[in-house]
Amino acid sequence: MVSKRAIPMRKLSMDKRLTTFEEVALGYTEEEALEEAKRCLKCKLMPCSRACPLNIEIPEFVECIQRREYEKGLNIILRVNPFPAITGRVCPQEVLCQKECTLCRLGDALAIGRLERFLGDYQIENGIMNLEVPEKVRGNIAIVGSGPAGLMGAVELRKLGYEVTIFEALHEVGGVMVYGIPEFRLPRRVLRFYVDYVKKLGVRIEVDVVIGRTYTIDELLREYDAILLATGAGTPKFLGIPGEELNGVYSANEFLIRINLMKAYRFPEYDTPIKLGKRIAVIGGGNTAMDVSRIALRLGAEEVIVLYRRTEVEMPARREEIENAKEEGVKFMFLTQPIALIGDENGWIRKIKCIKMRLGEPDASGRRRPIPIPGSEFDIEVDNVVIAIGAEVNKLIQRTTPNLKVDKKGHVIVDEYGRTSIERVYAAGDVVTGAATVIEALAAAKTVAHTIHRDLSG
Amino acid sequence: MFKVIGNYIIAPGVRRIEILAPRIARKARAGQFVVIRVDETGERIPLTLVDWDSKRGSITLVFQEVGVTTKKLGRIGKGGYILDVTGPLGNPTEIKKYGVVVGVGGGVGNACLLPVMREFKRAGNYTISMIGARTSELLILEDELKDVSDELYIATDDGSKGYKGFVTDLLKKYLEEKVPDLVYAVGPTIMMKVASSITRPYNVKTIVSLNPIMVDGTGMCGACRVIVDGKLRFACIDGPEFDGHKVDFDSLINRIRMYKKEEEVALSLLEKRGGDNYGI
Repeated sequence: MVSKRAIPMRKLSMDKRLTTFEEVALGYTEEEALEEAKRCLKCKLMPCSRACPLNIEIPEFVECIQRREYEKGLNIILRVNPFPAITGRVCPQEVLCQKECTLCRLGDALAIGRLERFLGDYQIENGIMNLEVPEKVRGNIAIVGSGPAGLMGAVELRKLGYEVTIFEALHEVGGVMVYGIPEFRLPRRVLRFYVDYVKKLGVRIEVDVVIGRTYTIDELLREYDAILLATGAGTPKFLGIPGEELNGVYSANEFLIRINLMKAYRFPEYDTPIKLGKRIAVIGGGNTAMDVSRIALRLGAEEVIVLYRRTEVEMPARREEIENAKEEGVKFMFLTQPIALIGDENGWIRKIKCIKMRLGEPDASGRRRPIPIPGSEFDIEVDNVVIAIGAEVNKLIQRTTPNLKVDKKGHVIVDEYGRTSIERVYAAGDVVTGAATVIEALAAAKTVAHTIHRDLSG
Repeated sequence: MFKVIGNYIIAPGVRRIEILAPRIARKARAGQFVVIRVDETGERIPLTLVDWDSKRGSITLVFQEVGVTTKKLGRIGKGGYILDVTGPLGNPTEIKKYGVVVGVGGGVGNACLLPVMREFKRAGNYTISMIGARTSELLILEDELKDVSDELYIATDDGSKGYKGFVTDLLKKYLEEKVPDLVYAVGPTIMMKVASSITRPYNVKTIVSLNPIMVDGTGMCGACRVIVDGKLRFACIDGPEFDGHKVDFDSLINRIRMYKKEEEVALSLLEKRGGDNYGI
């Protein structure tokens, strides 16, 4: 009889969680992985695999774990996903592979993400890298951006026999995985392992190069056979309410960049400061809002309150991130919409004017639309506000490349194979779809890499 | 890594640094800036491109040694390295023939004025530069600005050279006589605010080059947001130049002060540690 419950993931002790940036989810031990792998029903139709954007052959690698053939299991994943220790940590498995797991009818889904991470960690521990690339060079590709889509595109194209150069605007490689996702969800050693792998494959990575400024797309087209735009969705949205210019108000991106990229939590050892008080309001209900809230607690905030205009059910954040945030002491105020930020005489944020909401009919997203309740305004006193209501695409390349077709929101328009309106220019990931998940960016970049290969091979 | 090929004191506490950055040098335009990060623990700060030489592959920046980053930058001698230099960033100045262009500079802003006035001159404008400093020894690039200006006026707070008073007083006096086709102001935010309020009644197009706090400089963080015409704009990608009559200078001045205390902490720590001499 199969156990209804998945083997739980051990977590870091709470005192460490609140004082360090160490990874919270500790991963399965071998015994735990073996125990969990046993639960797999090996469904012939592989519904999990079909729900995976990369179609990882999940039952196959789980079976390898059962037989303790870890390297073999790892290689099954690596055939389609070069970054299992990343996706095993940050994929929203509960809405992808695990959602379709037959075990859901009995109880918990198979903990596919945790098992994937187990093999990913096995890979890193043992330094397993498949560095085979064809000797013959088929062409020369420029990739713009070193986030998930850029790195995936680089691996695929390199394996197809292309010379690849990645241009990164920031001084570090990894895109959202280095500036956005905090270390306690994705340790930098994991990212470094894979960046090292990409470099060992022979991919050139050039940091401090802003395409659209340092080089235009036209200039790149003269040097390269094709260009893959993988610039992501890195521009913060603001609420459009009064007071967002006040001191003490951060966009989630600025907050995360200061902490994750610039290490402001180690100021003044590091030169970049961040200025946080005791009571911090985080506006938004996604993973980023959870990340920001949990960082704020680690930086010594006494009270962190998430303000979200719908209810917990509608929150776009992953359940486990909401749970982590709650365990660590993050408070939530639902059905609450900020309508103005109010400062003191020195131009510092002091309070947020909010209005209570109720839920109406479902909107385009299928979630019930929040509607303001007249006369329900109230104030919350705060020392900081972090606005985490999402990000849009950075339009720098779009602005300096007039013939690149984009939609109203600046998303690059592509055909189903990833071709843009400019010949030999392709796009994948958030720059096409708007802010989405790492796994979707990986899947899109892979498709586009193969389009590039087909187009260049005539 | 970007090699420093020259680092000179041009006035007390003010330096001119030349850096090998061929990709930036070949692309730089007047009005643009770079973001630098001096070392592994360094912050990212924007500095306006003052000059560039695409043949030699070099760029020139001018800075006042006031904060931890600029102090560190001042210590990098010829042959030393800066870890990261990114650019050119921001929109270039729109250069065209306006007619008479008055450039107003203050402090280190005078260096930022130089490439802009040079291009205005080259485009056939009659160029008038008004440059100000606290005292005569802090006046920088006077000769270079003279070369690109049909007229040059100087103001010092203490009257040690030129007019005694603010550079914006010169602008005010000029406007009482004649109305130029464009005023371009760059320098301390308060100076740009005053310049914009002086030109407003005359309805003279006034461009200001803003210098808010930035982190990435590529549109990712929003630290450099300013209110222009009632809307939030990012100085790094929407600017750094804006219509001075539409900028909310008071909130900008407030935002620039946000980390004053932290800047002092970082600086005193740097001074306590003494000098690493980066790569010299």
